[in-house]
Amino acid sequence: MTAGQLAAPVLAASDNEHRTFSLILFAAFVAITLYITIWASRQNKTAADFYAGGRQFTPIQNGLAISGDYMSAASFLGIAGLFALSGYDGFLYSIGFLVAWLVALLLVAELLRNSGRFTMADVLAFRMRQRPVRAAAGISTIVVSIFYLLAQMVGAGALVGLLLDVSGESAKIWTIVVVGALMIFYVTVGGMRGTTWVQVVKAVMLMTGAIVMTVWVLSKYSFNISDLLGAAADKSGKGDAFLRPGLKYGATNVWSKLDLLSLGLALVLGTAGLPHILIRFYTVPNSRAARTSVNWAIGIIGVFYLMTLVIGFGAAALVGGKAIAAQDKGGNTAAPQLAQELGGGSGSTGGAVFLAIIAAVAFATILAVVAGLTLASSSSFSHDLFANVFRRGRTTEREEVVTARYAAIVIGAVAIVLSIFARGLNVAFLVALAFAIAASANLPTLLFSLFWKRFNTVGAVAGIYGGLVSAVGLVLLSPICWGGKSDTIPKGNVDALFSETTVAPIPLQNPGLISIPIGFLCAYLGTVLSKERTDEKYAELEVRALTGTGAH
Amino acid sequence: MKTESSGPGPAGGGLDNAAYAQLRRSPEFERLRLAFRRFVFPMTAAFLAWYLLYVVLSAYARDFMGHKVAGEINVALVFGLLQFVSTFLIAWAYERYARRRLEPLADGVRANADRIPGKEAG
Repeated sequence: MTAGQLAAPVLAASDNEHRTFSLILFAAFVAITLYITIWASRQNKTAADFYAGGRQFTPIQNGLAISGDYMSAASFLGIAGLFALSGYDGFLYSIGFLVAWLVALLLVAELLRNSGRFTMADVLAFRMRQRPVRAAAGISTIVVSIFYLLAQMVGAGALVGLLLDVSGESAKIWTIVVVGALMIFYVTVGGMRGTTWVQVVKAVMLMTGAIVMTVWVLSKYSFNISDLLGAAADKSGKGDAFLRPGLKYGATNVWSKLDLLSLGLALVLGTAGLPHILIRFYTVPNSRAARTSVNWAIGIIGVFYLMTLVIGFGAAALVGGKAIAAQDKGGNTAAPQLAQELGGGSGSTGGAVFLAIIAAVAFATILAVVAGLTLASSSSFSHDLFANVFRRGRTTEREEVVTARYAAIVIGAVAIVLSIFARGLNVAFLVALAFAIAASANLPTLLFSLFWKRFNTVGAVAGIYGGLVSAVGLVLLSPICWGGKSDTIPKGNVDALFSETTVAPIPLQNPGLISIPIGFLCAYLGTVLSKERTDEKYAELEVRALTGTGAH
Repeated sequence: MKTESSGPGPAGGGLDNAAYAQLRRSPEFERLRLAFRRFVFPMTAAFLAWYLLYVVLSAYARDFMGHKVAGEINVALVFGLLQFVSTFLIAWAYERYARRRLEPLADGVRANADRIPGKEAG
């Protein structure tokens, strides 16, 4: 059951003027992005245009686009809500999300740009037998992207009810369908070029909205952070505990603290294995531009997460945890409610206008992220599975691009249908799961491919499937699926997917602590148990990755 | 091993296997690899350790983290903000190192690659 379902849409019960304004703003965003997409489609001629946006984006543009792909509704609404309801613990999430970029910057971005072409699997399969490695990498890419997509689309369905005050199941279903149709359009028509511009527009909107809110909140406390924290702690009713770690994560016993470590590990190692992030490095002309675009992204994302701290504590201080939890027990409406309060409160025109602006920004955020995910999975389907696994490399670029477009339609349709079925479930865990799979299945194989000479096909395949199966398997055995009360979760989990009474065999909700080592171990064991050596191709990969010789 | 990498896979870059092996053994390339690894490996170990220290303290040392430094600002908040500062500083330091040290070395290796006779047309 989503948090959204439980809450009565009281946010706008007294005034609906923001709804019209919100829809106008959102329609304006959609109109602008559709125009950009059609304009981009006229520039798209080759496969490199479709997959990599022609590789001519500047570092600032790509830095904004990376930020746009990365700052999902989970980071904007979710983390602000976490701060608002659980205080300090929101920081544990946002810091993991930020520090993770150093893995991408130091170990992955430039090397991938230099040695790959369109997808993550280009690098994983570089010195291996193409078919098994590309099949594994393609499956992992699609699984990660679909899980992430489901979390975003189900979240969109729940949010629209809350933000626009439309209740009922049909509103949710229609939201999911509209979001899905738009993302399919962006990807099939605009390809990477169109999708990148959508991300840029969204990132600018999101940053502008966040900056206005942050300055506004701080101005209420004379720009004194300590006063803001004090007011938030007072209003929360939890006092100093609100400003310390532990209200949400690792509160009770040994296992819940290990769960916190597990989450932290998956967050910090997952980013550099997310396929929709990795393919962004191909949209710039060379490795220097890939590096500087990551640095832009680190700056933008870092500032953004610092602002979510102020926005979240501002919501706790000005709106109050009770009012937020009454609206959405997950806290996802903290930022929009804060906007309404800042603008003058419920019933005022200013409140309605600012609420409408932030709601439109939230929708733009969701729409841009799902487009990036659809593009990553359809690129991988076409370039890895269709061209190299099914056709064994005997295709034309034209056939590949046509297949990618059909794949985007099919994947988009599958995501719409799954999201409609999952709309009543609590799927927020899918974001953390996507990071855990990326860290367990993709990152070990990527790092071994780039840095370990002995690595080979069996190792790559074992690493990907081992990490993927263990991460998903552990979640299937976790309290997310089995909600019975036990020493580790004294209250049980009433939102459990399979059973509310059966006790989970594995008490960890986040699989990373176990599945990441399993991913590395499988990749290692698979390698040493196989006789294949790939030294010659490794020489080529290493020279190309470090120097850019022969880069696309 | 037959590679299926022509076509949709990674292109060969115009050099054959022997040429890449020769480049990889060149002192210029070895200097580049050493300079790269000497920076990124210790730095990765350092920032991961620093981050894990933060997570472990958040899980197990809550009284320490809740200790107030100034006004309502406690150790946990300062520690968290320092993670932002260290991330920005490492990104800046790597950019500087890459421009001053790694890029000139990589340019040298690429210049050698252009002189290799085994280069195919295209």
